[in-house]
Amino acid sequence: MRPFSYVVAPDPASAVAMVRERAGAVFLGGGTNLVDLMKLGVAAPGTLVDVTGLLSGRTERTAGGGLLIGAGVRNSDLAADPRVRAEFPVLAQAVLAGASGQLRNMATVGGNLLQRTRCLYFQDVTKPCNKRVPGSGCPARAGEHRDLAILGGSPHCAATHPSDMAVALAALDAVVHVEGAAGPRVIPLGEMYRLPGGEPDRETTLERGDLITAVELPALEHAARSAYRKVRDRASYAFGVASVAAALDVAGGIVREARIALGAVAPLPWRARRAEQVLTGRPASAEWFGRAADAELAAAAPLPGNAFKVTLVRNIVVAVLGELAGARAGGTA
Amino acid sequence: MTARVDGPDKVTGRARYAFEHHPDGVAYAWAVTSVIAKGAIRSVDAAQALALPGVLAVITPDNAPRLPGTGDPELALFQSRAVAYRGQFVAAVVAGTLETARDAASRVVISYEPEAHDVTLTAGHPGLYKPDFVNPRYQTDTAAGDFDGAFAAAAVRVDATYRTPAEHNHPMEPHAAVAAWHDDTLTVYDSTQGPSRTAGQIAVVFGLEPGQVRVIAEHVGGGFGAKGMPRPNVILAAMAARVTGRPVKCAVTRPQMFAVTGHRAPSIQRVRLGAAPDGRLTALCHDVVGQTSTLKEFTEQSAVATRHMYAAPHRRTTHRVVRLDVPTPSWMRAPGECPGMFALESAMDELAEACRIDPVELRIRNEPAVHPETGQPFSSRHLTACLREGAARFGWAGRDPAPGARRDGRWLTGTGVAASTYPARAMASQARVTVSQAGRYEVSIAAADIGTGARTALLAVAAEALGVPAAAIGLRIGDSALPPAMIAGGSMGTASWTWAVIKACRALRDQVRDRDGAVPPGGLTADADTAADVSALPAHARYSFGAQFAEVRVDADTGEVRVPRLLGVFAAGRIISPAQARSQLIGGMTMGLSMALHEESAMDPEFGDYPNHDLAGYHLAAHADVQDIDAVWIDEEEPELGPAGAKGIGEVGIVGTAAAIAGAVYHATGIRVRDLPIRLDKLLTRSEP
Repeated sequence: MRPFSYVVAPDPASAVAMVRERAGAVFLGGGTNLVDLMKLGVAAPGTLVDVTGLLSGRTERTAGGGLLIGAGVRNSDLAADPRVRAEFPVLAQAVLAGASGQLRNMATVGGNLLQRTRCLYFQDVTKPCNKRVPGSGCPARAGEHRDLAILGGSPHCAATHPSDMAVALAALDAVVHVEGAAGPRVIPLGEMYRLPGGEPDRETTLERGDLITAVELPALEHAARSAYRKVRDRASYAFGVASVAAALDVAGGIVREARIALGAVAPLPWRARRAEQVLTGRPASAEWFGRAADAELAAAAPLPGNAFKVTLVRNIVVAVLGELAGARAGGTA
Repeated sequence: MTARVDGPDKVTGRARYAFEHHPDGVAYAWAVTSVIAKGAIRSVDAAQALALPGVLAVITPDNAPRLPGTGDPELALFQSRAVAYRGQFVAAVVAGTLETARDAASRVVISYEPEAHDVTLTAGHPGLYKPDFVNPRYQTDTAAGDFDGAFAAAAVRVDATYRTPAEHNHPMEPHAAVAAWHDDTLTVYDSTQGPSRTAGQIAVVFGLEPGQVRVIAEHVGGGFGAKGMPRPNVILAAMAARVTGRPVKCAVTRPQMFAVTGHRAPSIQRVRLGAAPDGRLTALCHDVVGQTSTLKEFTEQSAVATRHMYAAPHRRTTHRVVRLDVPTPSWMRAPGECPGMFALESAMDELAEACRIDPVELRIRNEPAVHPETGQPFSSRHLTACLREGAARFGWAGRDPAPGARRDGRWLTGTGVAASTYPARAMASQARVTVSQAGRYEVSIAAADIGTGARTALLAVAAEALGVPAAAIGLRIGDSALPPAMIAGGSMGTASWTWAVIKACRALRDQVRDRDGAVPPGGLTADADTAADVSALPAHARYSFGAQFAEVRVDADTGEVRVPRLLGVFAAGRIISPAQARSQLIGGMTMGLSMALHEESAMDPEFGDYPNHDLAGYHLAAHADVQDIDAVWIDEEEPELGPAGAKGIGEVGIVGTAAAIAGAVYHATGIRVRDLPIRLDKLLTRSEP
């Protein structure tokens, strides 16, 4: 770890200015990922701009009936919020599926969205990594890649986005509120992340100094029957092998709208729009859930060591949608 | 039930571990590690590191003090420019603060001459050879009768190959040492399982007399074998203290533990069983292939347990090993028995199915009357009693053996069983007991409590032997200045130490009795040494045994495995401290569960290291993975191994757990996983539709 400066920003505009003006300055939220990366030498910021005091730690009702979650809300508080639990259970479940109680107590919503991949090669500065050192190569393709992407990767990078929370947010069409050099603006979550292509070091569309101040959840009535299923290699405290966030609106046995997002299988929280399209207007049946999953996974390009994820994702999409459809049927019976 | 005597110190933070000692003027050493797996260091540029304020020294192969004792190449720190594995300590920075040392270490520029490396173990590797012995000094191969002929003629045959990956010990406290020189004597606070052994080895490395090195290990945060011998960090601390003239601390980071503190070598094990239709074994063969480093030969003795487990007239065991450009493997909880019994007991489960015999009954049917290879009598052998007791407690009777036939919602369910065993041994140790005129006793022995409850057990034994309350006794352990003792390893600590302690206590009682109870003003002292007793042990077969029962649930959609129930029943001699013993046994079983489902140090062939080198990448069982777990024991008194009647319980708990779980997974799913760990992708099948 290299010596660094630490400053506390008084307000969002100052924080943005500090990071834009100081070489090597970055925002510090809960620090649960950044501090690790500093210890590993992966991150060597010159200045940490602490934004935990200036970001909202509250979740508020929006005029449209949705929720506005402050970027400083701790993960544990978000998961415990009664409105989140009742109206967006997929989000509460996703947050609780991540990390450990201690980490969730520290981690912020904004930081969770911008955490870095846990790809083993990204985290080891003695090895090449196109994300860490552009153009240096990607040893994961021939090395350890069991946990890496089957969707959206490129020959340059197969890293996955590690967040559980962001997968639920992707399914819920969350909108990110950003303070930037030109003032505040909003970005749909789906447009904030970039696929790696030939530039895996560029992970988002955010500009230098852009500060996430809040995440907005639009009202979504059928999100009350939503669910998150995370598959991992041990019962708790592990990053996902694959996960699915889903909400289902079914009437008369026909899917009116499906929301499906996949985690731990792509460089970003993967909205399964192809599967959603296949399912819309179709029977809420295992057969169609399987067809929808197959349609999404037709684009999968797994590596030898993670080809099993194709089967795994299909199985959990079918299982979760089946449970949601069953819950709805049970609820109206 | 005896409370853990060091409990209050530990929960209040009073207990001090090695790194928490802060001698005046202490400095910090940080290792620079090799980024190639084989080759040589061409040059070291320390200029940037030395330019940092606070840096005291950069130690490299160019300027390191010459070490007189280089018999252990892992401890011959910076004595050569050769690189034997990735992650090897190749240089170090010493600085006034930890942060400066770490920063400076990242600025040491080393230029290498790399050579092509070979880090991949295969069953037919051309470099495989027959070592002269296997760990610690067992015969490499054994044979009796005509295995090949008997196997070919057997009515029922099992021929299967099992694989276990490299695994790392990962005690909660990483290796750490604080070293200080006073003229020509060296004092080291070290996280070690054996102060006497560590002091002796450090003395050899630095060319000192044994009395010139004192190793203190008051509290140790786990070892599992990884701290049974000194590791490079201790030598680095002492060397850096010598170079700088200041006390120096050196702790190993978790990622460094994947290279320099030992691990369980991967294994490829072929087991062949030939049996009569009634399940009685006629032929038994266990062939093990393993690896060691180019620095040191360490051959894990995975086929050794097979030599005494079951009767069979025609039998063979072999070990072959290949030197690869990998870190040196070493002791990890039940080296040999743990991976070996995964293979043997899995094969027994396969044989039970092939013979259509209950797997508990199959094992009982193959009980030997004497050691099947040596003909020696067993000092005590109660495997059958463990199996029967376990079957009754677990509710084994009436188990339908059909695989993949039970479902509870989305969960496939199954049960499995496996036997466990571990040698019961003792090593020579010494102890001293004193009594003051005021009736205050002090028991001294250089034992180590690595979190097992050794203090509690020794105090209980001493109180019983002296016939006084434990409160009247002060116990001193964890210091090589005390009477030398066996390490806390090989499940030998309790038997070895209690033997010496009880012998000294009895001698002291005799002295007091001879004086009609009158203790003189200067007090009385009794010393004991068990060297002669241990070497006079009869040539009998002495082992602990156990039976492990597991219930598993496998998610039909994902292949995720849960273990709702684990039961171990053990015959391990007299149990001295029940609370601590249960903790040790369920700890071993938990580690066995972790081995079965989670642990794997994956070798990266391109770089020659274990890339999942932290506790996020190397999964150990988490709390949520362990549900209903219980360990019990049957009444047993070991008649030969010292006056306590104990056999040792540190390792028998881990042996067999993985096979019981693998057998239960097969019972649940119909999928026989022969290569650990049993991760979900090995059980995943496409759900319909």
